[in-house]
Amino acid sequence: MLKIENLHVRVGGREILKGLSLEAKAGEVHAIMGPNGAGKSTLGNVLAGREGYEVTEGSVEYDRTNLLELEPEERAAAGVFLAFQYPVEIPGVNNTYFLRSALNAQRKRRGEAELDSVQFLKRVREKLAVLHLKDELLHRAVNEGFSGGEKKRNEIFQMALLEPKLAVLDETDSGLDIDALKMVADGVNAMRDPSRAFIVITHYQRLLDYIVPDFVHVLADGRIVESGDKTLALKLEEHGYAWVAQRTVAGAG
Amino acid sequence: MSSALLHSLLDDAGQTSGPDWLKQVRVEARTRLLERGLPAARNEAWKYTPLRALESRRLRRVAAASQPVDVDPGLYTLAGVGSPRLVFVDGTLRPDLSDVSSVHGLAIESLGTALERDAQSLRASLGRSFDADAQVFARLNSALPSDGAVIRVAAGVKVEPLLHLVMLGSAGAADAYWQLRNVIELGEGSALRLIEHHAGGQGCSHLGNVVNQYSLHAGARLDLLQLQAAPDSVRLIRRSDAVLDADAHLEMRCVEAGAQWMRHDLAVALQGDRARLVSRGVFVLNGRQHADTRIDVSHQARDTACDLVWRGVADQRARGVFHGAITVCAGADGADALLSNKNLLLSDQAEIDTQPVLEIHADEVKAAHGATVGQLDEKALFYLRSRGIDEAAARSLLTLAFCRIAFDSITNEALHGQLDALLLERLPRAESAADTAQVTG
Ligand SMILES: Nc1ncnc2c1ncn2[C@@H]1O[C@H](COP(=O)(O)OP(=O)(O)OP(=O)(O)O)[C@@H](O)[C@H]1O
Ligand SMILES: [Mg+2]
Repeated sequence: MLKIENLHVRVGGREILKGLSLEAKAGEVHAIMGPNGAGKSTLGNVLAGREGYEVTEGSVEYDRTNLLELEPEERAAAGVFLAFQYPVEIPGVNNTYFLRSALNAQRKRRGEAELDSVQFLKRVREKLAVLHLKDELLHRAVNEGFSGGEKKRNEIFQMALLEPKLAVLDETDSGLDIDALKMVADGVNAMRDPSRAFIVITHYQRLLDYIVPDFVHVLADGRIVESGDKTLALKLEEHGYAWVAQRTVAGAG
Repeated sequence: MSSALLHSLLDDAGQTSGPDWLKQVRVEARTRLLERGLPAARNEAWKYTPLRALESRRLRRVAAASQPVDVDPGLYTLAGVGSPRLVFVDGTLRPDLSDVSSVHGLAIESLGTALERDAQSLRASLGRSFDADAQVFARLNSALPSDGAVIRVAAGVKVEPLLHLVMLGSAGAADAYWQLRNVIELGEGSALRLIEHHAGGQGCSHLGNVVNQYSLHAGARLDLLQLQAAPDSVRLIRRSDAVLDADAHLEMRCVEAGAQWMRHDLAVALQGDRARLVSRGVFVLNGRQHADTRIDVSHQARDTACDLVWRGVADQRARGVFHGAITVCAGADGADALLSNKNLLLSDQAEIDTQPVLEIHADEVKAAHGATVGQLDEKALFYLRSRGIDEAAARSLLTLAFCRIAFDSITNEALHGQLDALLLERLPRAESAADTAQVTG
């Protein structure tokens, strides 16, 4: 589904991703861990199509198309979703209005029938229940005045509603209390499906107890430096990233 | 400075009717105008809206036609707003288009009728002389006989229906001039909700000159929406003067969404203790539109409050000007003054000038003001696009959200929706955005 090869990305004149390669097949869950500033969010932003991220080398293939050629809204319609590390507050834009506009814009682009308000609200109710989100949040402006945890749950709620094929969750677990963490994990697990892939960026092994990954990767200094199964996360927890760095140096030498 | 404009309008003043004091007012205003002319570019109040081009034009007053022109009511119909309605076309009341079925405690007349019936009661309003050269168009308004609306609410009466006052120019009246003088008086403890609506069909290129005078007696409350949606071919000059007695409250929304060239002077005198002004406003400009809003609030009594939040959006080669001056006079202790003005530039060639001015001569005053000019928030734009909303729609959505603060508190949903639609129409690439608005309706 997703094939990233030797990706080099410059941001603000600095090279941040330095030859990153990663392949994710439908049905898989990939966890990405790595130190602060390693380039994890950069990867998420590049996949979602944010401006200001200059790809200098390498390729990203998604569903047999060149993902890098698509506008952000085209990627969304093609099934790419990014749960932001820092969801944006948008005063004056009602959350329900926003969600329905987004969903219908995607459907329209895919040539599907748009949902009327009854169909839309039915779908909203179903998804809200899974995430135990308060109805009231729907009537507020997008993320405005939401608590940190509410913002993160709202991201997962949006994912549930938009039903993407490739979801990148950027530290969706950060700042969540233990109950909210379980809700988010439930939300993701409910969507696990042979036709869908997840990339879960996290700093904490704890999340991976709930969302059990098929693969764990370590992203350091703009590259994937180590890949393994879920036990890699446990080793990282125990030894820290220095351990990976040492192994990499040793391996290279 | 001699002015073709002034001469073309004043030389043939014709016969004027009315009581002697009113004739005197006109003569004085006329003399003063011909003596002083239009303000030069160096006049601070007209610095950003030069009058040179206008000055050299010869205009002609639209005479009341014996055969009233056809006007499509669709031009001014607003969702959620019915009667009472008063419609002025080219500066003349059109009883055939108006509907002023009697409402308890509310008196609505044309200025002409009101003058015939009881001129004396209008002396304070019509006798006002506009001394500063900056007020030249109000002076011009005073120099010429005028029609307009006289709206009075009896003490203690809270008028239930929303009053719709429509002012428009008729198509085809090229180089025409019309004016109106509206007098609105709210008795003690009374309340009124009023929409002043500038509309019109495409193709007219008149200059409209409107003076509104509001007096709010003690404890009165006026909820006012000024909706300026004149066609993009007209010039419009408005002056709104409000005087508030003790505990009076003026709640004002201004939506500037039309006219090729427009100037609005809003002057509010908080004369009585605890008088309060809340003003929200927005202008949305494109093409080569020019809009200049000049607000002047003066706190003249104790514990008075004003709260001004204005937004401006300019696209293409449009030019917006916002001047917000708040003066807290000596003795007006305990005043509370707030002014915020934020602006969005949607193109490199658009321009917005904003000047907040705060002058304080009293004690224990709480005052804050701020003004910014910027662009759309790129983070918010990306967030919307990453969810599938296309760029043009996302831009419109964010811009509309930015403007909405001007009328968010309007609870009439149909009207709110129409204001949304009206602004969306003026935003870039509105088609896709209108789609978005529809599917979320
Ligand atoms: N617009 C920018 N201009 C310059 N540098 C940037 C810009 N955006 C990101 N960077 C830099 O790129 C590097 C990678 O940032 P990124 O946000 O991808 O890290 P991360 O792995 O997500 O870190 P964290 O775990 O703290 O979220 C950092 O050093 C950051 O300062
Ligand atoms: Mg990050």
